[in-house]
Amino acid sequence: MSGGTAATTTRADEPAAVRESRRQLTRDGLAISAYALPVGLVFGLAALQAHYSFLDVLANSTIALAGGAQFAAAGLVKDGASWLAIAGVVALVNARHLLYSAAVAPYTTARSRRERAVMAHFLTDETFALALAHFRRIGSFERRGYWIAAMAIFVPWTIGSCLGYVVGGAVDTKQLGLDIAFPAAMAGLSLGMVSGRRDVAAALGAVVVAVPVGLAAGASFGLVAGALIGPCLGLAVPPSPNEESSAPETPEPSAEAGLP
Amino acid sequence: MSVALVPLAFLIWAVTYPSRALPMLAPGIERLPSWAVTYLRLAGPAALAALAAVNCLLTADKPPHLLIGIEPLAVAVCVLVVTRTRLLLPGVAAAVVLVAVARAVGVAA
Repeated sequence: MSGGTAATTTRADEPAAVRESRRQLTRDGLAISAYALPVGLVFGLAALQAHYSFLDVLANSTIALAGGAQFAAAGLVKDGASWLAIAGVVALVNARHLLYSAAVAPYTTARSRRERAVMAHFLTDETFALALAHFRRIGSFERRGYWIAAMAIFVPWTIGSCLGYVVGGAVDTKQLGLDIAFPAAMAGLSLGMVSGRRDVAAALGAVVVAVPVGLAAGASFGLVAGALIGPCLGLAVPPSPNEESSAPETPEPSAEAGLP
Repeated sequence: MSVALVPLAFLIWAVTYPSRALPMLAPGIERLPSWAVTYLRLAGPAALAALAAVNCLLTADKPPHLLIGIEPLAVAVCVLVVTRTRLLLPGVAAAVVLVAVARAVGVAA
């Protein structure tokens, strides 16, 4: 695996495909950063309204590093919910990370347990999407690529959260349309992972399940139901020719890998 | 400065980290049956699509309601732009601009 020699391999020794994939990763990472900063800013504002202190915001964005779950937690704190209830909701919202981790795991088996344990802390939606696409493009794990993906969300998210808290209500993020950045980015990232009819069925199936379940039982339930049932619908669809070999280790054709 | 909610950050971490770490740390994960590997591969686009859907099609009310407005249209525009350009940033930018303009001219709330 290329990551295994990352410490001793110079840039000149790297295959061109790895460098090109990393450039793609960096470009897509910048797009993630561009929306993570304002969304982090929105979280800072939400935290301010929920009477967090600055240190509370900083701790939540660096220790929890849980995006949507942080928003949910801030809303629950504002509503006076018990921490047990908050823990339950967060666990449910973040259960999808189990799937992310399992999808990334085949690429990381050669890494030390300590390195994998540290990497796991940063395995957010965005890190997963960026890193997995990079690994698929090059057909193996690459340490530098993983950390580019992780920092593309961690740094702007943390800075944005703190900035949002500090500047308070000075910026009207809703009027600026920045509240749409998160769902738009998630849709775009999802599209970038589609490489055949099974992926399409899984993504559309997830939407078809998530919305009614969300309406009936809450957005978090809808999200988890869509994420769990969508892939089942994808499995029910016959694979297209390029999906016949679906192991995560199999690199995707480059024409389909222009996005995370 | 209050640190009353710092323990909450650790609590959120404590219920999040296991799902992030266990499959990466558990031995034998690479020996999953092929259908499970396919399921996990499909979980990515499914989870992200579900995230997008609940964030643009449902209101933040409790209970949530179906959101009919500029937001789903903006996400659709993003998907269209991303499909054509294969780049994320122009898609997100198009969605943000559309929503901002619609709100500025008063055709969206």
